[in-house]
Amino acid sequence: MTEQHLPDLGERPALVSSGYESGTKLPRHIGEPIVKVQALEKYFGDNHVLRGVDLEVRKREAVMIIGRSGSGKTTLLRCINFLEEPTVGSVEIDGLKLEADPLRARSRRHQEQIRQMRLRAGMLFQEFNLFPHMSVIGNCIEAPRRVLGQSGEHATERAQYYLEVVGLTDKRDEYPARLSGGQKQRVAIARALCMEPKVLLFDEPTSALDPELIGEVLRVMEDLAHSGTTMIVVTHEMHFAQEAADRVVFMEDGLIVEQGPPEQVLNDPRHEETTHFLRRFLDR
Amino acid sequence: MAGGFGGGAAQAQILLDISSARQRARQSFWVTFALIWLAILAGLVVAFATTDNIDVDWIGTWAPLILSGAGITILVCVLSIILATFLALVGALGRLSAHPIPYAVASFYVSLVRGTPLIVQIYIIFFSLPQISKVLILPAIAAGVIALGFNYGAYMTEIFRAGIQAVPRGQAEAAAALGMTEGHIFRRIVLPQAVRIVTPAIGNEFIAMIKDSALVSLIGVQEVLWRAETAGRPTLHTLEAFIIAALVFWGLTIVFSFFQGRLEQRMARGDR
Repeated sequence: MTEQHLPDLGERPALVSSGYESGTKLPRHIGEPIVKVQALEKYFGDNHVLRGVDLEVRKREAVMIIGRSGSGKTTLLRCINFLEEPTVGSVEIDGLKLEADPLRARSRRHQEQIRQMRLRAGMLFQEFNLFPHMSVIGNCIEAPRRVLGQSGEHATERAQYYLEVVGLTDKRDEYPARLSGGQKQRVAIARALCMEPKVLLFDEPTSALDPELIGEVLRVMEDLAHSGTTMIVVTHEMHFAQEAADRVVFMEDGLIVEQGPPEQVLNDPRHEETTHFLRRFLDR
Repeated sequence: MAGGFGGGAAQAQILLDISSARQRARQSFWVTFALIWLAILAGLVVAFATTDNIDVDWIGTWAPLILSGAGITILVCVLSIILATFLALVGALGRLSAHPIPYAVASFYVSLVRGTPLIVQIYIIFFSLPQISKVLILPAIAAGVIALGFNYGAYMTEIFRAGIQAVPRGQAEAAAALGMTEGHIFRRIVLPQAVRIVTPAIGNEFIAMIKDSALVSLIGVQEVLWRAETAGRPTLHTLEAFIIAALVFWGLTIVFSFFQGRLEQRMARGDR
C-alpha cells in the first residue's frame, strides 16, 4: 500500500489518562482521544471478568493488548463495540458515548445506539467470519450498500481500493471457501475498512492461522498502523507488538496492570506480573 | 514426480493399471447391483403371474386412469410443501424468539400437530370444521393441502430451527459488528446459510410427503390411491390396482430422490 506520511504534532506532555507515564512525551503522530473506556466492568454470572478498566485511545494510535487467556482482554474488546453488554461503565467512540445498560440491553433505543457505535468501530475476529455465501466483493459491499446506503458502483469502487490495500484485488470474485486463512483474514480487514470506521478492533486475528500464514496478515496490520489507522489489537504476537504498537497494554485478572510504549512494557516491565507473563510466554 | 523405481514409464504404467482395475471393480459392482434388482423384480412378476390372478386386460383398461392420478398427487404435494415451508419458517422464528408470545404460539402449534395423527387432522379439517360454519366447507384438495401443509410445517419448524441455529454465531456477530440491523442480519446473512443447511432435510420431507399424501384419498381427493381403490374394489381387482398404485408412489419417490441427490451434489460443489 502507499505509505502515508504520519503527521507530526510535536512534543506534548503525556497525561495519566493517555496511558503513557506522566512526565514522558506522547508519540508525535497521535491525535486527540477518540476512544474512551471508563470504569468498565463485566460479569459473566458470578465471574468478574472485567474489574474496572479505563482505556483511552487516540487518533492514529495503535494499542496492543496482551495478557494470558482469561485476563479479560478479549472481553474488553468485545465490550467496546457492545458485542458483550458491559455490566457497568461507559464507552465513548468519536463523540458517541454509551453507558452500560444491562437491564435494558434489548430495548430498541439501546440497540440502535449500539448499532451507531458499531458503525464507528470495525471488528476483526479470530475466525474471520466471512459470509460464505457471498463472494469476496459481496462480503465487502454488503454493509456499505445496505447499511450506509452507498450505490453499488460506489461501494464496489471503495471495496476495490481496500482489496488493493490488503493485496487481494485478484480474488474479488472468489468465494471464501477458496481462500487460505490468511487471505480470509485480509478480506475481513478490507470488509471492515470499507465501512471507514474510526477505530479497528482486532481480536487475536492470527490465532486461528497456520504459522506460515500469520506473516501476511501481520504485514497488512503493520502497514495500517504505520499509515495512521487507529487500532486496538488483542494479540499474542509479541514481535508484532514490538514493531507496530505505539502502546502496549498488559492485562491481568480483569485489570490493566501496566501500559506504555512497547520498549518499556515488553523490554523493561515495571510490574512483577508483567515480567512473569513475558518470561513464561517467551519460555513456551 | 519422476519414478522412484525403474523410471517414469514403468511407474506410469502401474498407476494406469491401478486406476483401470479400480474402474473395472466399480463397474462390476454396479452391474451386479442392477442384475440383482432385475432378478428380484422378475421374480416378483413371475410369482404374481403364476398365481393366475393378474388380469392383463384389466390392467390395460384401468392402469391409465390410476397413473393419471400422479398429477394430482404431485399437485397436492407441491402446494403442501410450499405451505409447510412458509409455516415452518414462521414457526422456527417463533421457536427461536426471546419473546414469550411467539414462542408460546409456535410451541403450541408444534406440540398439537406432532401429537395428533395426520389422518385425524385431515378428517377434522375436511369433515369437522364445516360443522362450525358453512364458510369452512372446503373442496377436498384444499382441505388435503391445508392438513398436509400444517402437519409437515410443524415437523419442518424444528428442521428450520435447527438449521438457523446451525449457522455459526460468528456470522451474526460479524454482521452486527458491521452495523447491520437484526432484520438485515437474519434476511441476508443467517437465512441464506440456514436454507442451504436444511435443503437436504426438506427434500426428505418432500419424499415422505409424497407417500403420506395417499391419506387424502380418504376424503375423496382423486389422486393415485383413490383411483386405484375406485377402479379396483368394485371390479374385484384390488391386487392389480394397489400394486399399480404402489409402483406409482415408488416411481415418484425414485424420481424425486434422484433430483434431490443432484441438488445436494450441486450445493456441495458450491462455495461452502
